[in-house]
Amino acid sequence: MPTEPPKSAPESQATPKRPNRLGVLGRSLLHSREASILIAGILLVIYFQSTAPAFLSWSNIANLVVFAATIAIIAAGEVMVIITGEFDLSVGMVYALAPFVMYDAHAAGVPYVLAIVLGLAAGAVVGLINGLITVRLGIPSFITTLGTLFMINGFTLTISGGFPVQPEADPLIFAIFGGPLGGFPVSQFLWAIAITALFQFILVKTRWGLHTVATGGNLLGAAEVGIKIARIKIGNFMICSLLGAFAGILDCFRISSADPLAGGTDYMFRATASAVIGGTLLTGGSGTVIGAFLGAVVLGILSDGFTLSGVSAYTFDMILGGAILVTMIINVRLSKLRAAGGGK
Amino acid sequence: MSEEALRTESISKSFGRVTALRDVSIRLNKGEVLGLLGDNGAGKSTLMKILTGFHKPTTGKIFFEGQEIELKSVSHARSLGIEPVYQDLALINEVNVYRNMFLQKELLRNKFFQILDDREMRRLAQEHLKQMRVNIPSVDVEISKLSGGQRQAIAVARSVYANAKVLLLDEPTAAMGVKESAMILDVIRRLKETANVAVIIVAHNYAHVFDVCDRVNLLQNGKITFDRATKETSIDELLNLVLHEMREAREQIHPTHG
Repeated sequence: MPTEPPKSAPESQATPKRPNRLGVLGRSLLHSREASILIAGILLVIYFQSTAPAFLSWSNIANLVVFAATIAIIAAGEVMVIITGEFDLSVGMVYALAPFVMYDAHAAGVPYVLAIVLGLAAGAVVGLINGLITVRLGIPSFITTLGTLFMINGFTLTISGGFPVQPEADPLIFAIFGGPLGGFPVSQFLWAIAITALFQFILVKTRWGLHTVATGGNLLGAAEVGIKIARIKIGNFMICSLLGAFAGILDCFRISSADPLAGGTDYMFRATASAVIGGTLLTGGSGTVIGAFLGAVVLGILSDGFTLSGVSAYTFDMILGGAILVTMIINVRLSKLRAAGGGK
Repeated sequence: MSEEALRTESISKSFGRVTALRDVSIRLNKGEVLGLLGDNGAGKSTLMKILTGFHKPTTGKIFFEGQEIELKSVSHARSLGIEPVYQDLALINEVNVYRNMFLQKELLRNKFFQILDDREMRRLAQEHLKQMRVNIPSVDVEISKLSGGQRQAIAVARSVYANAKVLLLDEPTAAMGVKESAMILDVIRRLKETANVAVIIVAHNYAHVFDVCDRVNLLQNGKITFDRATKETSIDELLNLVLHEMREAREQIHPTHG
């Protein structure tokens, strides 16, 4: 039987129309939800540059990169968890915890490279606990991670005594893990790009990514075909916490200090907002890491731009909240238009 | 008679004090399509769940390709080639057709990094769906863009591709329009021609059963009360049996009116 002539091509953000080795990144940028957030970002840059000429100065771009990079790294993990249909409230607390685990390990005589690994491992353990409680004991992840949020915060405050510490490591370690280079946060920027690219690839091109989408898209169906949904969920909780820990360690080296009160729910909410603005659905089954990266950049542009324009921090949160709502309303409208226009 | 695919011998199943199946013996040959009819609560789902390995029979034996077997789990049954197509179809709406076709049996371009071989999965899915005459706009569309019939057809095609020897279809034409049902029935007919698959269809729609099934079994109150080739019976005969059951049941409730 001859195949039907192709109807107007429907959107498929998870996979390109024809498998193309190099075009994946560019294609998903042009073809889907990421496009609108990219355009919004460009418009915002034009607007702020016209109102505050210092906006595109190097020192300001450095500020912006620092903010966006940290949030983008955390958001990459949050996207993975959200796609499985779960939620991680505790990731911002892991951000604060990891540098202290690293610092204390080093103080106990562990070399720095290993201490960093231990800091990351602490993050992974938190993710494992979040995952096990959620999956094995059937506690909604919202509650699980609400509990671990407070526990980790209390733990970090206890081991730190509530005081910040200054890591003293080899300059090379500073340079690799987030230390500024000529006043510009080069390595942190590169880490954010690399992590976004890696997890977008994992999501779109690997078995793990497909099973992550399947678990969030149809939990029962995924289990029926034999996908190990518990392993997928727990693994993504671990990825999320691990990236939270990594972001915390990067920031610790960037500012040469670890603060037990850093990160927290503020970073978690910003990462979640980035994910959502970027096109990840809180209902699970669909999401994009590139979108979350762009979402983080847009959030960065907004907060930085308003600061430069002289808008007070109080007013800023009102504007930010409004911006999130407007973005989401536009997104929902656009996807309805797409559904109506694209294919059957 | 042709080779036997699946047979049960005097299967009974009780849940506490409730007996769902009594002494059920069915036989399914290779390449045969068996329709399992019966009213709600007659025990159809229980029988299907026993055959998929989900429930264990209280008493009785199951034979697969002539060998007595004990189905330990759903995955055990599937590893033998007994593939259920669930009513929810176990398809992922957000994922395209060809990736759904290979879900959990993905082809990989790189084993170590678990990178999917999209090109090959796409090609094979296209080929297989064409052979099964499943009519969809493209294997690249997401499942959410397809109709109920197309989804059902893809779920069936996927099971066949997974080397199913016995396919268990639960209400494949439920809640479907005329065209949609025709497409499914066509796919089932193709199964008989192209693959040596035995099929059990649980259905309510007598016309559909008579359209594609070689044989019908009627399940009433947990018992097989009727087993005949569709050629040798008619819809009327079956309807009479079911109505007779209804009348008997009514007489038991109101004996004086009898």
